[in-house]
Amino acid sequence: MTTMTSAIPALRVQGLRKSYSDVVAVDGLDLEVRAGECFGLLGPNGAGKTTTIEICEGLLTADSGSVEVLGRRWETDADDLRELLGIQLQDTQLSEKLTVDETLALFQSFYRDARDVGEVIDQVELGEKRYSRVGGLSGGQKQRLAVACALVGNPQLLFLDEPTTGLDPVSRRGLWDLIAKFQAEGKTIVLTTHYMEEAERLCDRVAIVDHGHVIALGAPQELIESVDVSHLPPPEPRKTSATLEDVFVSLTGRTLRDE
Amino acid sequence: MSDRVPFPMTKEMAEAERRPLKRRTFKNSSMVQLTLVRFREFIREPEAVFWTFIFPILLAAGLGIAFRQRGPDKVAVGVIATAPASAAVVQSLKKDSTLVVTTYDDSAAALALRTGKVAMLVVPGSATDSVRYVYDRGRADAVSARVLVDRDVQTGAGRADPVRATDTYVTEAGSRYIDFLIPGLLGMNLMGSSIWGLGFSIVTARSKKLLKRLMATPMSRAQYLFSYLCSRLVFLVLEVATLLGFGHYAFGVPLRGSLVTLGLICLLGAVGFGGLGLLTASRAKTTEAVSGIMNFIMLPMWIFSGVFFSSANFPHVVQPFIRLLPLTAVNDALRANMLEGASLAAVSPQLLVIIVWGLVTFFAALKLFRWR
Repeated sequence: MTTMTSAIPALRVQGLRKSYSDVVAVDGLDLEVRAGECFGLLGPNGAGKTTTIEICEGLLTADSGSVEVLGRRWETDADDLRELLGIQLQDTQLSEKLTVDETLALFQSFYRDARDVGEVIDQVELGEKRYSRVGGLSGGQKQRLAVACALVGNPQLLFLDEPTTGLDPVSRRGLWDLIAKFQAEGKTIVLTTHYMEEAERLCDRVAIVDHGHVIALGAPQELIESVDVSHLPPPEPRKTSATLEDVFVSLTGRTLRDE
Repeated sequence: MSDRVPFPMTKEMAEAERRPLKRRTFKNSSMVQLTLVRFREFIREPEAVFWTFIFPILLAAGLGIAFRQRGPDKVAVGVIATAPASAAVVQSLKKDSTLVVTTYDDSAAALALRTGKVAMLVVPGSATDSVRYVYDRGRADAVSARVLVDRDVQTGAGRADPVRATDTYVTEAGSRYIDFLIPGLLGMNLMGSSIWGLGFSIVTARSKKLLKRLMATPMSRAQYLFSYLCSRLVFLVLEVATLLGFGHYAFGVPLRGSLVTLGLICLLGAVGFGGLGLLTASRAKTTEAVSGIMNFIMLPMWIFSGVFFSSANFPHVVQPFIRLLPLTAVNDALRANMLEGASLAAVSPQLLVIIVWGLVTFFAALKLFRWR
C-alpha cells in the first residue's frame, strides 16, 4: 500500500479468506482500490481472482476478513451496493432468445437511476444489432453486451472479470476504449485479465495474486522496473527491457495460462 | 489521477448526489419487464408452443376419433355347416342384426375360433332339438355371443317370451370416452406446462449463470419468481380456451358447470402446479437433472390420477393416496364441473387439496431455492 488518500477507497479488502471443501481459494488477501482508478488483478487460473471479485460483488460470502465497497458493507448495505455496482461475470450466458434491446431493457428496469438503453447501446457500438437476437451475436458482440448490462445501471464501480478473454484484437481494443471512457468519468474499475498488454495499457495499478494472496502490487511500470532482465529464462532472451509478463513469470514461476 | 473527479466517497455524500427516483412507465417497471421476458422466451421456442398448444389437441383428436361412439357392436359367430340342423340355425341367426354369421367346415371352424375371427362356434346337433356352443368364458364378446345366439336359436325353435319388452336407445353427451378424456387432458396440460415451464426455464438460467448475474443486480427475487407465475397465467387462458374450445365444438364435450368455477379450478391448478414446478427447479444445476426430477414427479400422476382411464381401476387400498395427488384433485374437480355441473362447494375438497399442495411446495421451494 502506497500513499493513502484522504478519501474513502472505492474498495478495501482486509484479511480475506475463503475455502471450498477441498481447496483454499483466498488466503489472507488484502487490497485497496482508490476512487477513480483502474485496478487490475492478475494471476494464474485458480489463484483466487474470481473468488475475490465475487466476494466483493456480494455473490459469495467470505469465511473471514472484511470487505468495504464504496464505504459500505454487504452485511448492512446490500441493496444500496447492488444499485451502485456494475458487474460482468466470466461465464454468464444471456438469454439467446431476447434481442440486445430487450436484454438491456430488462437490466435497466432493476435500477433506480438507470441510463438510457439506446445511449448504452451506442456506447458499446451495438447500434446495428439493437434488434437482433443475442443468439446471433459474435463473441465480441456478446461480451460488449455483457459490459453494456453492467453499464446500464449507471454504476460508480465496475467489476470486469476477464472481459476480453477470447476476443479478437479489434473487439479487445473496442472494450479498452469503453473502459477508458468509463474511467474518464471519474469512476472506478476493477478488472481481472490474462493479458499483460491489457493490464499495462489500462491499469493505473495492478496486484498480482497467487495462492490466494497478493504477491506484488504497484503501477505496471514500477513492477516492470523492479525486475532484473538478465535472470529471465530462455527460450526468449530479452532485448532491452522487461515486460509485465516477465514480472509475472519471475514472481510466480508460471505463465499466466498455467493451471 | 489528479485530473479525475473523485466520486462522492462517503455514504452521506453519495446519497445526497443520488437523483430522486425516476418515474417509471408501466412498461419500464421490472415486474412488467420480467414478465415480458418470460413471454418472449416462451413464444420464441417453437417446440414449447407445440407441446403446450398443438400436442394436446392432436392427442384429443386422435383418441376422440379412435374411441368414438359407433353403432352397436356386432358379434361374429361361426356355424358348422355339415350338421343336418345347420340350415335352420343359420336362418334364425341371420335375422339378428347384431350378429355376423359365417358357416365353416370342421377344420376351418377350429381355426376361425382360435384366431379370434369368430367369438363363438355354434355346433348344431344331429337333430333340431340340440345345439352346442364352443367359446372362451373369459372373453366378454364370447359371453354376449352365447346369450344372443341362444336367444335367437330358442326363439327360432318356437320359444315365446312371456314379457313384452321394448327398447329406447339414447346417446348421452357426457358419458362418452371423449367426455372423460378432455378434462383429463386439460389437467395433464395444466400440470405439464406449469412444471416444464417453470422447471426448465429456471434451471436453464441457473446453469447458464444468468441467475447469478441477476442476483448481482437490485432485482427483487420475489418479482423474479412472480414473473413466472404471471406469464403462466397469461398462457393458461390460451391453453384452457384452445383445448376446451376444441373439445366443445369438435366433439360436443359438455360444459355443464359454471364457467367461473371452471376458471377458478384451472387457475388454482396452474398456481398449485407452479409451486411444484418451482420446487422441482429449486436445486437442480443442469437441465438433465431437472428433466429426471420432473419425469419422476409427473409419471406417477399420468398413470394414477385418471388422465386416460379412471383412477377407480386401482385397488381400493391405494385410493386415499391417489385422491391426495394434485392431478387427481384437478381432474376430479374438472370432471365434476364439466360433466356433472357440480357447484363450487361440491368441488371444494379437491380445491383444498390443490391449495395445500401449492402452498407447501411454494414455501419449501423458497426455503430450498439455490440462487446461484
